[in-house]
Amino acid sequence: MSGSFQAELVKLVRRPAAWLLLVIALALAVLFTYVFPYAGYAAGTAGPNAARGLPALLPDQLVGNSLGGLPVFLGAIVLILGVLVVGGEYGWGTWKTVLSQGPSRLAVYAGKLLALAVATLVVVLAVFGVGAVSSVLVAAAEAQPVHWPGLGDLLTGIGAGWLIATMWAMLGVVLAVALRAVALPVGLGLVWMLAVQNLLTAIAAPLLDWVAQVQKGLPGPNAGSLAAALGASSDTPGVLATVGGGQAATVVAGYLVAFAVVGAALLRRRDID
Amino acid sequence: MNLPVQTEGLTKRYGDLTAVRDLDLTVRAGEVYGFLGPNGAGKTTTLRMLLGLVRPTAGTVRLLGRPPGAGQLAQVGALIEGPAFYPYLSGRENLRVLARYAGAPAGRVPLVLDLVDLADRAGDRYAGYSLGMKQRLGVAAALLKDPRLLILDEPTNGLDPAGTADMRQLIRRLGAAGCTVLLSSHLLGEVEQVCDRVGVVSRGRLIAEGSVADLRGTAVLRVLAEPLDGAAERARDLLGADRVRVVDGALELTVEPDRAAWLNTELVRAGVAVRELRPHERDLEQVFFELIGKETADVR
Repeated sequence: MSGSFQAELVKLVRRPAAWLLLVIALALAVLFTYVFPYAGYAAGTAGPNAARGLPALLPDQLVGNSLGGLPVFLGAIVLILGVLVVGGEYGWGTWKTVLSQGPSRLAVYAGKLLALAVATLVVVLAVFGVGAVSSVLVAAAEAQPVHWPGLGDLLTGIGAGWLIATMWAMLGVVLAVALRAVALPVGLGLVWMLAVQNLLTAIAAPLLDWVAQVQKGLPGPNAGSLAAALGASSDTPGVLATVGGGQAATVVAGYLVAFAVVGAALLRRRDID
Repeated sequence: MNLPVQTEGLTKRYGDLTAVRDLDLTVRAGEVYGFLGPNGAGKTTTLRMLLGLVRPTAGTVRLLGRPPGAGQLAQVGALIEGPAFYPYLSGRENLRVLARYAGAPAGRVPLVLDLVDLADRAGDRYAGYSLGMKQRLGVAAALLKDPRLLILDEPTNGLDPAGTADMRQLIRRLGAAGCTVLLSSHLLGEVEQVCDRVGVVSRGRLIAEGSVADLRGTAVLRVLAEPLDGAAERARDLLGADRVRVVDGALELTVEPDRAAWLNTELVRAGVAVRELRPHERDLEQVFFELIGKETADVR
């Protein structure tokens, strides 16, 4: 399996689309977490997050700020990455090329999941990194003291961020395996994350109690709850403390494993065309 | 000794469609075996089953004496239904990635690039390759593991005449070096030139198998003579009616070639003017169409 893991890492590192997604993720994280709120603060404009003011942009809020994007928009980006890593093999017809070299399907699949897990860690660390730089710049611009979160909080935040990001990447993987394509899984995944989740939360759950209960078991609300438990602002889309942090982490981890296992079962069982 | 390829009762059904039916295929060590059939005959589905890409509905597969499973392909190289690689990587990078999957040493990469004459363009991105270059890279990938068994599906697709000749030469060279080659093709000339034995598949069934010479059958003497009727009558007297046929204005005589001189003398004595008399072998194309035609008629 180590050969498959190495091969997947090389493919991922050399793939321009992977770097493009990382750049977009970082740009979105900086713009929506720091640049727009700071511009609004500086101009005295009211709006989402404006009430939190300058303290929300300073380094001690790094963990919550870095996790805020993962339940929705950063999650959507890593979902696309998950689809690309697996769906690309269907699109290019390269499954047969790879499997003809001898590795088992599950070894290749495990290599892909490990490479994705590394990639999501890189994304999360990069988001924390640019967040740290941005918050220091804000603090410097406003002559504020720089206080960092404790190491334990930082590691917990990075771990939670990795858990949420990897769960979304695995959703992309299972969609790609199930639909044996790239475009449709990306489309369906984004519709779920950006539209259906929000509609359930904003419209259906307040009207129907059973929907509100079901929400507590869905991946998005649990990702949002985990982020909220670690300090992400509830003004951020998808961030809402529907359940406690411990339960949210367990559910998100459960989805991560379930998506990976379902994908493996499908890949193992089906013919490679 | 383990047979490189052995299938028994291999069958693949897709709903009502039977793509491969009760296929018993045997490829012997060191031979170049031609797997011949028209498009849609079930060749590629069979090869996919050999490689574990497609699961058989029934029957068994053994490669190099081993049933399907982990490690089955350790000594098998394959190019199935056209090359497929990562477009954002160069040819060389693609092979390096595949070598990691295969557990093959990276040192094999330049070696196989040389073998398929692609070393000069190995640094170019795969997306910019011509069809012929892609095909060469596909064969290079199949050779990465220095395989004992090589399975090639239409390897000369997209190659120019020089490339085609090179590819055939490479296959012959690999065969001569002891590598068993299973060559799937619908190109009769290719199979005829390269293969030791041939299996003909039609509608998912193996309808004939043997050496090219076996499939061609006994050579005949082809005679151009005047008058043709007189020549035919005299030939029937000499050889028997069942060994004389009139085909396209010529006689085809089923007789050993070394009796040509005797036959010529006898025909001339009978007042027949012999313009041409030469041994004539049916080519594989003729045999192929006879077999396919017979199979189609049998099914009807």
